[in-house]
Amino acid sequence: MAGFTEAPLQAGVRACHIRQAMPGPIDITVNGEARSLPAPLPLSDFLAGAGLDTRKVAVERNEEIVPRSAYATTLLQPGDQLEIVHFIGGG
Amino acid sequence: MDGVTTMGDDSWEVAGRSFRSRLVVGTGRYKSLEETAAAIEASGAEMVTVAVRRVNLSDPAAPMLQDFVPPDRYTYLPNTAGCHTAKDAVRTLRLAREAGGWNLVKLEVLGPPPFLYPDMPATFEAAEALIKDGFQVMVYCADDPLAAKRLEEMGCVAVMPLGAPIGSGLGLSNPFMLRSIIENAGVPVLVDAGIGTASEAAQAMELGCDAVLLNSAIAHAKDPVRMARAMKAGVEAGRHAHLAGRMPRNYAADASSPMAGLIR
Repeated sequence: MAGFTEAPLQAGVRACHIRQAMPGPIDITVNGEARSLPAPLPLSDFLAGAGLDTRKVAVERNEEIVPRSAYATTLLQPGDQLEIVHFIGGG
Repeated sequence: MDGVTTMGDDSWEVAGRSFRSRLVVGTGRYKSLEETAAAIEASGAEMVTVAVRRVNLSDPAAPMLQDFVPPDRYTYLPNTAGCHTAKDAVRTLRLAREAGGWNLVKLEVLGPPPFLYPDMPATFEAAEALIKDGFQVMVYCADDPLAAKRLEEMGCVAVMPLGAPIGSGLGLSNPFMLRSIIENAGVPVLVDAGIGTASEAAQAMELGCDAVLLNSAIAHAKDPVRMARAMKAGVEAGRHAHLAGRMPRNYAADASSPMAGLIR
């Protein structure tokens, strides 16, 4: 997937630790679809790579809301289930 | 003043927000986002319902509702349409709160097709969880005065009994129950769902409800923008008629013209 090849990790010690423990690609589920990421990466990077405007979406990770303020420090892990939603027309 | 009461000073309030328009409209079922925007503008609505759905990751740059119906101009009322359990409804509205940053929401927990009638036990369960979590809940409910009162006592900020099943366009199937709910309510009552045309919106307002909520009646009209105008006029007419106070029903004729001076 374009945009995820660099997988910048800025989350410090915890991120490095996880990278050592689980190097290489990870599999997650996003909106019900299987996705493979080259490495654990922050949610903010995933959203930017997907081309999403974070001001207009909300994210749930494993059935817990991820506050917008925590996108950069939320490191995606193998098996994570993400729901990314926005507002559409409805009655 | 010429003796005609204007609508200008006749606002209603929910959860501390004041609205002049008594028509709340949905944003679904339109042919395009352009048509959505035009119809909502014509309706004069200040509050609109919106749904929460997964983003399309294969087309992240697709135009979004907010670009056509700006949330800084309209009060967004996120709904739980499609939710058939309390858990799904609560999850959906927590996401909506994160996406939008506001906590005024429309709760609806629906039973199965073909009626999608409000599932009241699940609605009570979801309302309790949402209120505990700080939401201001406007709640779609059965046309049941006891259920509506209980939701009010739980802390819902508005109760919204159905006129008829969602999207049915059947009008008000039980005006007596709606009137009973309105007369007993201490929070705003909105007739939600079932309205098919402008006279039915007027009828709901004549019963004394605070506002009406509709979507399909406008979106599924042949000319949605024109029907939006009709609904605006219907709601205003019904509100005026309610405030004016209708004449009593007589089951006998009572001539308008004086008998005095009749030629012999």
